[in-house]
Amino acid sequence: MNSLIPLLVAAPLAGAALLLLGGRALDRFGHWLATALAALSFGFGLALFSDMLGREAEHRAITKHLFSWIPVNGFQADISFRLDQLSMTFVLLITGVGTLIHLYSVGYMAHDERRRRFFAYLNLFLAAMLLLVVADNYLLLYFGWEGVGLASYLLIGFWQHKPSAATAAKKAFIVNRVGDMGLSIAIMLMFVEFGSFSFEPILGSAGTVGGAAQASEGKLTAIGLMLLLAACGKSAQVPLQSWLGDAMEGPTPVSALIHAATMVTAGVYLITRSSAIFDLAPDAQTAVVVVGAVTLLFGAIVGCAKDDIKKALAGSTMSQIGYMVLAAGLGPIGYAFAIMHLVTHGFFKAGLFLGAGSVMHGMNDEVDMRHYGGLRKHMPVTFVTFGLGYLAIIGFPGLSGFFSKDKIIEAAFAKGGTEGWILGLCALVGAAVTAFYMTRVMLLTFFGEKRWQPDADGNAPHPHESPKTMTIPMVLLAFGSVFAGGLFAYNGSFLTWLEPVTGHSEGDSPLAPLVVTLLTTACMLAGVAVSYLMYGRSAVPVVPPVGSPLTRAARRDLLQDDFNHAVLVRPGSALTAALVYFDSRGLDGFVNGLAATIGGISGRLRRVQNGFVRSYALSMFGGTLVLVATTLLMRSV
Amino acid sequence: MSTTGMLAAAGGSTPSIPAPHIEYGQLSPMLVVFGAAVAGILVEAFVPRRYRHWTQVSLALAGLIGSFVAVVVLAAQGYGSTKVDLLAMESVALDGPALFLQGVILLAAVVAVLTYAERKLEPKAGGLPADAFAAQAAATPGGEQERAALRAGFATSEVFPLTMFAVGGMLLFPAANDLLTMFVALEVFSLPLYLLCALARRRRLLSQEAAVKYFLLGAFASAFFLFGTALLYGYAGSVKLGDISDVISGKAMTTPALLSTTQNDALLLIGLAMLAVGLLFKVGAVPFHSWIPDVYQGAPTPVTGFMAAATKVAAFGAFLRLFYVAFPGLRLDWRPVLWGVAILTMVVGAVLAVTQQDVKRLLAYSSIAHAGFILTGVIATNKQGLSSVLFYLLSYSFVTLGAFAVVTLVRDSKGEATHLSSWAGLGRRSPLVAAVFALFLLAFAGIPLTSGFTGKFAVFQAAAAGGATPLVVVGVLSSAVAAFFYIRVIVLMFFSDPKPGGPTVAIPSAFTATAIGAGVLVTLGLGLLPQYFLDLASKAALFVR
Repeated sequence: MNSLIPLLVAAPLAGAALLLLGGRALDRFGHWLATALAALSFGFGLALFSDMLGREAEHRAITKHLFSWIPVNGFQADISFRLDQLSMTFVLLITGVGTLIHLYSVGYMAHDERRRRFFAYLNLFLAAMLLLVVADNYLLLYFGWEGVGLASYLLIGFWQHKPSAATAAKKAFIVNRVGDMGLSIAIMLMFVEFGSFSFEPILGSAGTVGGAAQASEGKLTAIGLMLLLAACGKSAQVPLQSWLGDAMEGPTPVSALIHAATMVTAGVYLITRSSAIFDLAPDAQTAVVVVGAVTLLFGAIVGCAKDDIKKALAGSTMSQIGYMVLAAGLGPIGYAFAIMHLVTHGFFKAGLFLGAGSVMHGMNDEVDMRHYGGLRKHMPVTFVTFGLGYLAIIGFPGLSGFFSKDKIIEAAFAKGGTEGWILGLCALVGAAVTAFYMTRVMLLTFFGEKRWQPDADGNAPHPHESPKTMTIPMVLLAFGSVFAGGLFAYNGSFLTWLEPVTGHSEGDSPLAPLVVTLLTTACMLAGVAVSYLMYGRSAVPVVPPVGSPLTRAARRDLLQDDFNHAVLVRPGSALTAALVYFDSRGLDGFVNGLAATIGGISGRLRRVQNGFVRSYALSMFGGTLVLVATTLLMRSV
Repeated sequence: MSTTGMLAAAGGSTPSIPAPHIEYGQLSPMLVVFGAAVAGILVEAFVPRRYRHWTQVSLALAGLIGSFVAVVVLAAQGYGSTKVDLLAMESVALDGPALFLQGVILLAAVVAVLTYAERKLEPKAGGLPADAFAAQAAATPGGEQERAALRAGFATSEVFPLTMFAVGGMLLFPAANDLLTMFVALEVFSLPLYLLCALARRRRLLSQEAAVKYFLLGAFASAFFLFGTALLYGYAGSVKLGDISDVISGKAMTTPALLSTTQNDALLLIGLAMLAVGLLFKVGAVPFHSWIPDVYQGAPTPVTGFMAAATKVAAFGAFLRLFYVAFPGLRLDWRPVLWGVAILTMVVGAVLAVTQQDVKRLLAYSSIAHAGFILTGVIATNKQGLSSVLFYLLSYSFVTLGAFAVVTLVRDSKGEATHLSSWAGLGRRSPLVAAVFALFLLAFAGIPLTSGFTGKFAVFQAAAAGGATPLVVVGVLSSAVAAFFYIRVIVLMFFSDPKPGGPTVAIPSAFTATAIGAGVLVTLGLGLLPQYFLDLASKAALFVR
């Protein structure tokens, strides 16, 4: 069974290679090939899953050593894989949701002339993401980490003819580079400290003690903070959050798969995978929860102000991942719930994005929600699936989000002490705001009067339901949005499943679980009510009102770009300008001066070459004299 | 070996001169070439005009290849690696360096003859195909006689026997074991070259001027060489290299008749310096280099390629033999002087090339700089230095031949377009030719994966091992300067816009194509897989004493 693990990665990788190298011959059926390979990978995942279920909980982790890439004494870089319950969860999520989104893209990208390339990149993404989660060492993980970054870059900028898309792709790439630096430094630190890249010698496993257990807290804190930096970049957490909103320039299936369901959760995976390090570095853990709490509020506030449906959802993604990071920072109290929320979020957020894509599909690619309205009658399937996703994300009792988010809020309170209260209240406020902005999205899009207008070319949109290839994935994801949470929470099944990998402790909550649940539900209902009062009762203006300073700031992503520009770009530009000045005046001046000197000497010397044979003979004669004289002189010295 | 025919004759004890013993078998490489040259003269006399070209080409190629086969056979018999010999009354050496360099000269000559044979580049004259050489050498440029010769479609097919004589002299030069033979060889290969330089079909005046300059300065340099020979005879009482060495080291006594002059160090040192001048002139070292740019520019380009490659090989061969066989005992005296010459040569060659605007002059200055690089290997005075110079000469001669062959292809209505400005954008119009020329330039610059890198690395390594590290530093710096102008040409070819009405690249016949192909093959071969040839050069690096 172990040998199936490499095939998980190989199937989509082969698809990417075939589609990229195959040329036009594959234009007709390339998208189906890509979808089939994604499904094949999902099939492998299911086979491995059933095999894993057949074993005792302690023996579920399996490894597969493929080959040694650099087998040098003291430096072992292996291509080897590890599949345990944590990886398995991700594999199923990635391949499952990935296959559905491949299917959806068949319809969504039907009219794009570069469709084959799009599917090649999607397959490339799947391969890299799977590699990231099944790698048995940090070096291979890094390979996958960079691979998903590449795929993300390529797909955000897929419509590169639009300057905004090209810029967004570059922005995502550059911001991620900061995070990637963190990961590479963390890996180097680990190698220096533990002499290995592999998970087991560093993190330990059931029965063995890893190097982390013996390392000093300071070093673990350093490694932890660098890993957190990496997670911030990939998962769009404050302060490296600025790229995610712009990344919505990519095609909507990409936003759903990469920038909602899977890639952006890689940071949570990294933190959870490295739990052995974080558990022994409390300061790094504190940094993690702070980042999570700040981001969950940040994203939620941004989500309230956006009129672009995808950007509103992007703010929401940021906020929900904030919840996951918060939970992961809580240590063994929260790891399992972080992953649980990650999976349920994967279902409902992917569903919401696909719904948004479906709406755009029917509305001539209009993204401004103020130009929607009353669409429920025109797109019934989209309305129902989107509505179920909506109920799931706000945590409506009984749906997926309810179970997973409620557990995280409980865990936040269970952290104990003042810290627990602060984190818990943040999470509660976040739940209320989430309900507010998601209700806003729902109301603006599907309810109220129709507000759409002809576009600049005079084409009035004719909202219509999307084709089957698009609605079927939406329906399937809606099932996940509704039932996954309940399934996971039933009898603590998800907790039991993950516990061998992440460990679990109950913590010490000052509030009874039932109280927390009631509070959460109350907050949620309050958010819905406020939103309804603001957007459901009165007509929505097509042109956005000026709004309060906070609203205006939130529309500009809480001034993140202005902040980056003032704090990073401007000093950076000044430094670059100074270096360029030094380079051009100092170094280049020297080099150019040297070149000019040589040129000048050359020009002078050329005059000696005057073409007169008598001068040549004279110079030879002089040379001979010098030669003879020097030879004689050498003897006498 | 101290008493031989010449000394005995000088003693005057016997009235009869013994018939010299000639080893025809071992001398066959030279004999075949000279034989072919003489036959070529007969062809000129007896074969009808329209058959002459092909007869001469075949004869020359047959002679050269036959001679090369003889070299290979001798090498296969173990000469040069396991055994050495002195031939023709000890006047010709048969050893590793001699055989190796003779092989290189012969291969270079084959390639050169291929470029001579090219008749597709020039437009037809008088209804007959024309080559790069003057229709009638003796005609006044621009005169009625010349026009008549052009109309009649004459061709100077004497270039082939002339070249064969030159090759014969060149084969003898690095093998000459005494100073007089060396001088004779020098003249045998120089005189035909003077003539060949004057034979360009286009720009006749420039060509004739080049020939006269070359002749005058060459005669001047030969005079120095001959003076040096006389002085050394006065010192040692012998012109044989081995004898001179023995006298210097005090191993051999001198003849009583010459007691007043022998072992006079002034004679020795001045003689040494003058011999060096004669040879430094031929290799084109500063300050004896001034003829090179003018002559390289004026001579017909195929001849320039042949001179640049084969003359350098032969002259450095003689240089090595002289300094490694006759004067190793004077190392302390000549090394500092050669240091200065090498440094000057590298620096002046590289610096002057920077401002050149004519591609042939550029290559001429590049050849001067390369003479400096080779000198660093000579100065190493160790086995490594010897083998590295042998290797360098092999790699350099093919790059040079190839580069000049490419120059013959880039033409406008007035013949070859040698001004660099007209090479702008060549890479867009003729990517293959430009790429090949770029390869040669990179090899000149010593970029890895080309033969130039391996050769340069070998000589610098040898020089450093021989204690000449400062020389290596200067060499590397000069290489950096030189890289500038080589790469400038590449930039010009590939990154500039072509000029309207610029030159076109003529499609050559199989001859030039083969020549260029051989250059590319050797350049890449010696760059990628140099080991076999490095080993060969290393095995050959032993002089007979």
